[in-house]
Amino acid sequence: MTEPLDWYEFGPVASIPRQSARTTRTDAGQIAVFRTVDDRIFAIPDRCPHRGGPLSEGIVHGHKVTCPLHNWVIDLATGNALGADDGCAGRIPVRIENGRIMLGLTRAKAEVPGD
Amino acid sequence: MTYISPRPHGRPERLVVVGNGMAGMKAIEETLERAPGRYAITVFGAEPRVNYNRIMLSPLLAGEKSFPEIVINDAGWYEANGIVLHQGDPVVKIDRERQVVRSRAGHEVSYDRLLLATGSSPIVIPVPGKDLEGVVSFRDVDDVERMLDAASAGGNAVVIGGGLLGLEAAVGLQARGMQVSVVHLAGWLMERQLDQAAGFLLQRELEGRGVTVLTEADTAEIVGTERVSAVRLKDGCTLPADLVVMAVGIRPNVDLARNAGLEVERGVVVDDFMTTSDPAILAVGECIQHRRQCYGLVAPLFEMAKICADRLAGIETNGYAGSITSTKLKVTGVDLFSAGEFQAGDDCEDIVFRDAARGIYKRLVIEDGRLKGAVLYGDTRDGAWYFQLMRTGEEIAGTRDTLIFGPAFAGAGAPANPSQAVAALGDDAEICGCNGVCKGRIVAAIQSEGLTTVDDVRRVTKASGSCGSCTGLVEGLLQAALGDGYEASEVKPVCPCTVHDHDTVRRLIRVGRLKSIPAVMQALEWRTPDGCHVCRPALNYYLLAAWPGEYVDHAASRFVNERMHANIQKDGTYSVVPRMWGGLTSPKELRAIADVAERYRIPTVKVTGGQRIDLLGVKKEDLAAVWADLNAAGMVSGHAYGKALRTVKTCVGSEWCRFGTQDSTAMGVALERLTWDSWTPHKVKMAVSGCPRNCAEATIKDFGVVATEGGWDLHVAGNGGIKVRPTDLLCKVKTPEEVEEHCGAFLQLYREEARYLERTAHWVERVGLDHVKARVVDDAEGRRALYRRFLESQRHAQDDPWADQTVRGTTRNEQPALLAAE
Ligand code: SRM
Ligand SMILES: Cc1cc2nc3c(=O)[nH]c(=O)nc-3n(C[C@H](O)[C@H](O)[C@H](O)COP(=O)(O)OP(=O)(O)OC[C@H]3O[C@@H](n4cnc5c(N)ncnc54)[C@H](O)[C@@H]3O)c2cc1C
Ligand code: SF4
Ligand code: FES
Repeated sequence: MTEPLDWYEFGPVASIPRQSARTTRTDAGQIAVFRTVDDRIFAIPDRCPHRGGPLSEGIVHGHKVTCPLHNWVIDLATGNALGADDGCAGRIPVRIENGRIMLGLTRAKAEVPGD
Repeated sequence: MTYISPRPHGRPERLVVVGNGMAGMKAIEETLERAPGRYAITVFGAEPRVNYNRIMLSPLLAGEKSFPEIVINDAGWYEANGIVLHQGDPVVKIDRERQVVRSRAGHEVSYDRLLLATGSSPIVIPVPGKDLEGVVSFRDVDDVERMLDAASAGGNAVVIGGGLLGLEAAVGLQARGMQVSVVHLAGWLMERQLDQAAGFLLQRELEGRGVTVLTEADTAEIVGTERVSAVRLKDGCTLPADLVVMAVGIRPNVDLARNAGLEVERGVVVDDFMTTSDPAILAVGECIQHRRQCYGLVAPLFEMAKICADRLAGIETNGYAGSITSTKLKVTGVDLFSAGEFQAGDDCEDIVFRDAARGIYKRLVIEDGRLKGAVLYGDTRDGAWYFQLMRTGEEIAGTRDTLIFGPAFAGAGAPANPSQAVAALGDDAEICGCNGVCKGRIVAAIQSEGLTTVDDVRRVTKASGSCGSCTGLVEGLLQAALGDGYEASEVKPVCPCTVHDHDTVRRLIRVGRLKSIPAVMQALEWRTPDGCHVCRPALNYYLLAAWPGEYVDHAASRFVNERMHANIQKDGTYSVVPRMWGGLTSPKELRAIADVAERYRIPTVKVTGGQRIDLLGVKKEDLAAVWADLNAAGMVSGHAYGKALRTVKTCVGSEWCRFGTQDSTAMGVALERLTWDSWTPHKVKMAVSGCPRNCAEATIKDFGVVATEGGWDLHVAGNGGIKVRPTDLLCKVKTPEEVEEHCGAFLQLYREEARYLERTAHWVERVGLDHVKARVVDDAEGRRALYRRFLESQRHAQDDPWADQTVRGTTRNEQPALLAAE
């Protein structure tokens, strides 16, 4: 919990089309990185707090994504479910350096699972 | 003052009306309301048609309305009120001695009372070439037809005159596919209604839509031999032109009155009771001049019509005192309001508000502590309130500082919302300028008749039934009157991102030639930056259906299934269903399916309820390879994931079955080949049975075909899902070609008219089977046109998404492993 964050390069901003997501696998599960219509970048675990739906496959609108399985709407900035639904997907710190997306993770979490 | 009293012996008095236009018939409507049966009425109209709403010629031109939709009083109304209508027969002479009018066709009719409502005529500027073919004005339905005729060939249009009519003509012609230039003499557009700043914003908006605007441009000559070919300006510049529309102003039609010796100046002179210099003759509308003033908008004409009707009914009034007028431009997506005086004099003070980012400009002109004029551009919601302040001449000293922020602010300082704004209006505030309906009338109708929807209000009061720009105010009134009850209304916005309902969005996409999702959101003022998961897929479909071959599908606005071309499962894997044409398969296909299932360790293989095979539990990363293998065996996507044609179920039919009457299998295959890969508002399922035993369950399909001895019965709008609905019989046809034509036409009508996510069953229940029959069965020409549009759209649609290389990329959206930063 108190372990310091390290920054990991995910790839260039341009690798994600607007209003879409790209994913990456880590030990702690799949991460979805979103690019919104106004070019903001957000990263959250790719698991819907409802029943684990792949949020990266949802429709991205504003700073939100709608889960493809049962239409929960998740706030990308906080990972919280919006509206009547209750739950949180979690959130991963993001930094942009020279057009490249950096994700803030603890070392243990960033490991790629062994194939 | 002379009042008209009923005839002692009870014979109805003879009232003759010259002019079957808006003012004349409004006066008659009002008279019939006040004094039913008092007059035997004869109407002469120069135009060969019933009374229609002239201001709707602009939407008629732009394709937003059809003629039947703009008729105000149809033939039945004249008949029901015992009115004799001579259409296409102008009055040529008034004999005031004998109290008789004579028409061109030679009818002579005596009158006790004569009402002149001859309107006005467009001014034609006296330049060389003004009589060439292809030079038209914009006044009646014939003019619109001439314009549409020219527009059907495309090419260039030059509109002379950048006033209200000219600009509406320009935008309409542009919507019809012409290249349009507006030539305007003054320094900025609509200079009589707008100040320079608003004129500039308007010009920029129109130029943004591709209309060329030339100001301070004077026409020297219209060039051409028989037909117009160009317009030459005084500065020497020449504009190519296949059509020239002159819209430089109007002149009251006064010849008839002048020849009859009535007092005429610019218009037919009337007193405050709409009476001409001959007490037996009244006049209303654009042909009159009252207190030195002529009018060219409907709101004042309606006020005149009421005073005139009071007079004809013998009701005492204070008479007509003239009108302050307000103007709105009926161009979709342009919000513009202007009223009163705004050419600021020395004693006037101005309050100006600008928000450049949102394209809003507001200017109020104040004189002697009273509001004298207002120009609103970009946000016109408060127009009615300002207009009311002007008409009542209320002191505004106390609210001066916040006046520009509108009524909500001027009151309690509460945040503005539309129902609050309209609640702040007085009962006599005018809501609908086109039909002269005030707030009190609408509120009373909502309450006494229990109205709950905008359509209801439209039907009962006519408010918002014409140009529609007051729809928001009417909604505000409903909201204020019904509170939460209003939510239950019929007109449901697509989603909370917009105020518009599905039908309006579709219409405006076509009319505004909006061709991308951002363009729709901009023009229709979406409240969110990029919509939501509800509206984006709907817009994507509407655009695809409106502009086949032109609109580029927007993957990020599709539900995952349609983006992945496979069906997402609860564990994040996918199911894949290859198409089996008409339910037929072969050893080769079955072998390919078996190989794929083994090669990619697909856990479940299942026969679906739609006569084909489902491969369930395919991993996302295997999708592209699975498709490639199935493609290699000649199979294509079955669209089991899409709002699209799903399956065409068939039975074995006459080829094998001892009862079969026709080859239902071949018919099914043909229909599937015709319709596969068409995107539709919701999924579409079809079936063909070889005899009335109906083994393919055709009578619970969206389009079902049942073979008979003599041909084919075509059934529509069935549903076997949540609520089972058997089909309705559409018609019977003889040949397979007819089956295909009816099928394509039916699907196209559904594609063009239904709301997104509305199955055919619900659509047909909403619009009525008769409507569908009228379009697809009775109107053979219309059916063929629908079928042609279907084929045209299919020409761009029929590509297998699995074979499409760009689609394969969609499955590869994983980044390589993360790299630690140095
Ligand atoms: C695979 C299949 C069941 C089967 O194993 O047989 C099936 C599976 C699904 N159906 Fe179905 N329906 C299947 C035939 C039917 C039929 C029978 C038919 O088509 O003849 C019906 C009733 C007929 C009708 O639609 O009128 C049917 C009525 C529905 C409905 C209710 C539709 C309605 O308007 O009431 C839904 C829900 C919806 O579409 O919103 C639905 C939705 C679904 C979905 C797409 C639910 C979803 O979104 O995940 C299921 C997808 C499973 C998957 O991942 O593949 N399915 N579904 C059938 C596929 C047929 C095919 O080859 O494409
Ligand atoms: C394209 C267009 C858009 C408009 N938009 C708006 C708008 O948005 N808002 C607004 O307030 N106003 C608008 N107007 C103006 C509005 O339509 C007119 O002010 C209104 O129609 C005038 O009504 P009227 O009855 O005086 O004349 P009309 O409606 O013109 O009716 C007069 C009728 O009399 C007939 N007639 C003439 N002479 C004779 C004769 N001797 N015998 C028999 N019949 C005769 C004419 O053929 C005509 O049918 C628009 C006008 C046009 C053309
Ligand atoms: S019932 Fe009719 S259509 Fe169905 S299989 Fe038998 S014969 Fe053919
Ligand atoms: S799993 Fe996301 S909404 Fe159900």
